[in-house]
Amino acid sequence: MKEAKFYEPAIPWALPVLIVLAWQLASQSGWLSSRILPSPSAVVAAAWELSLSGELWSNLLASFKRAATGFVIGGSIGFSLGLLTGASRYFDLLLDSTIQMIRNIPHLALIPLVIIWFGIGEEGKLFLVALGVMFPIYINTHHGIRSVDKGLIEMGRVYGLSKWGLFYEVMLPSAMSSILVGVRFALGFMWLTLIVAETIASDSGIGKMAMDAREFMQTDIVVVAILLYALLGKLADVLARYMERKWLRWSR
Amino acid sequence: MTMNNKANASSSAGPDNDAGLAVSVRQVTKRFGEKTVLHSLDLSIAPGEFLAIVGRSGCGKSTLLRLIGGLDSVTSGSLAIDGKPVSGINQHTRIMFQEHRLLPWRSILDNVGLGMKGNWETVAKDALNQVGLADKADDWPSMLSGGQRQRVALARALVHRPRLLLLDEPLGALDALTRIEMQRLLESLWLRNQFSVVLITHDVDEAIALADRVVLIEEGKIGMNERVDLPRPRQRGSAQFGELTELVLNRVLAK
Repeated sequence: MKEAKFYEPAIPWALPVLIVLAWQLASQSGWLSSRILPSPSAVVAAAWELSLSGELWSNLLASFKRAATGFVIGGSIGFSLGLLTGASRYFDLLLDSTIQMIRNIPHLALIPLVIIWFGIGEEGKLFLVALGVMFPIYINTHHGIRSVDKGLIEMGRVYGLSKWGLFYEVMLPSAMSSILVGVRFALGFMWLTLIVAETIASDSGIGKMAMDAREFMQTDIVVVAILLYALLGKLADVLARYMERKWLRWSR
Repeated sequence: MTMNNKANASSSAGPDNDAGLAVSVRQVTKRFGEKTVLHSLDLSIAPGEFLAIVGRSGCGKSTLLRLIGGLDSVTSGSLAIDGKPVSGINQHTRIMFQEHRLLPWRSILDNVGLGMKGNWETVAKDALNQVGLADKADDWPSMLSGGQRQRVALARALVHRPRLLLLDEPLGALDALTRIEMQRLLESLWLRNQFSVVLITHDVDEAIALADRVVLIEEGKIGMNERVDLPRPRQRGSAQFGELTELVLNRVLAK
């Protein structure tokens, strides 16, 4: 094996830096109209201004709260249902095919109905996010609990574990890697749903900020909003990775 | 006063409480659907006895062990441990499986102490020490070799001070050297702790090296019941050892 050169960590960054530079040059030379795409420096300036005025933070907070609340609601419903149908044959028979049917409806297709039901208030967006988050967590929790090694459960019974002990010591840790896969998928769905919901109907949040900017052709603010979503998505991913490192230490 | 003390001592930690349990199997039949695995089988195990059950794959030996362990129930006949009918898992019985069945997400020490309450750590450490793995207490099971994992599984079984230890081919997957090492360990722990043992194995050599008595199961019935009266530790090279192995092996292969 060859030794890594000191500049190797920089190589993956070369292309992005080059693209941003080219973009900046194209904007400055007037070749790229700011109505199509603002220059990177203009985007940075817009972000700075928005953060100074506090507008950025209040919108960011509004979006984040929405995402988190929807995730907790949908996630806990999906998790509980997954545990129930994964652990009990009876509940599996009763619930699983119904849940699978509902899962096949693209939840974003419900937006017109959701607007009629809830207007453009908070509830509609929470509903959509929760719905989007619920299914990946449900499916992966169900699958995780289902695929617990029967031998380990038998062992747990022989070694005197109670029902709760079996769940906590054997089933949950065994299902954890599958559940966390569900969490990562769910985080992706969470942002996607939120972006769509906020763009279509909202009175606060990053999506609202972007839509207002669009009306005045402020492409710099639109790009700031897009980047913020990317940043939040990255943040969620980091969180998911952290959970994996913490709870799946044993598998490394 | 002294009488009282003596009585107390024996009721709390005396030999009565730790002694091996007797097992009695009477006319036990086990059916899975159409297939009859055990046919009216009779077998007694004395307290503290080391019994080995040999037989070909599918002869029903593992099924018998699962019945004694309370993991399955008999179709007909009766099964008693220490004179009491078996109904489910007995708290004085521990089973060691062919696979180690350690929890991969728990440290070695936590695995040994699984299901224990109170001051379990010292007891678990002591059990790990008995199998010579005290230094692995904080490792994950994935970091150990196959033989080490089975030793941990053995420590996990011993930590509960079982009075009946059921071994379902626990050494089957180990290499020859590790196997002999484990057999010696098993023998010394049994000699020290005086529990009853039922060892399922397809290795006749292993059965004769360890057991007081070797039972052969053929098509769900006892085909042979041979006492092994060799002094311990047994010498594999000795003439009697060889004769006995030959005898049992020929009987196993006869059909």
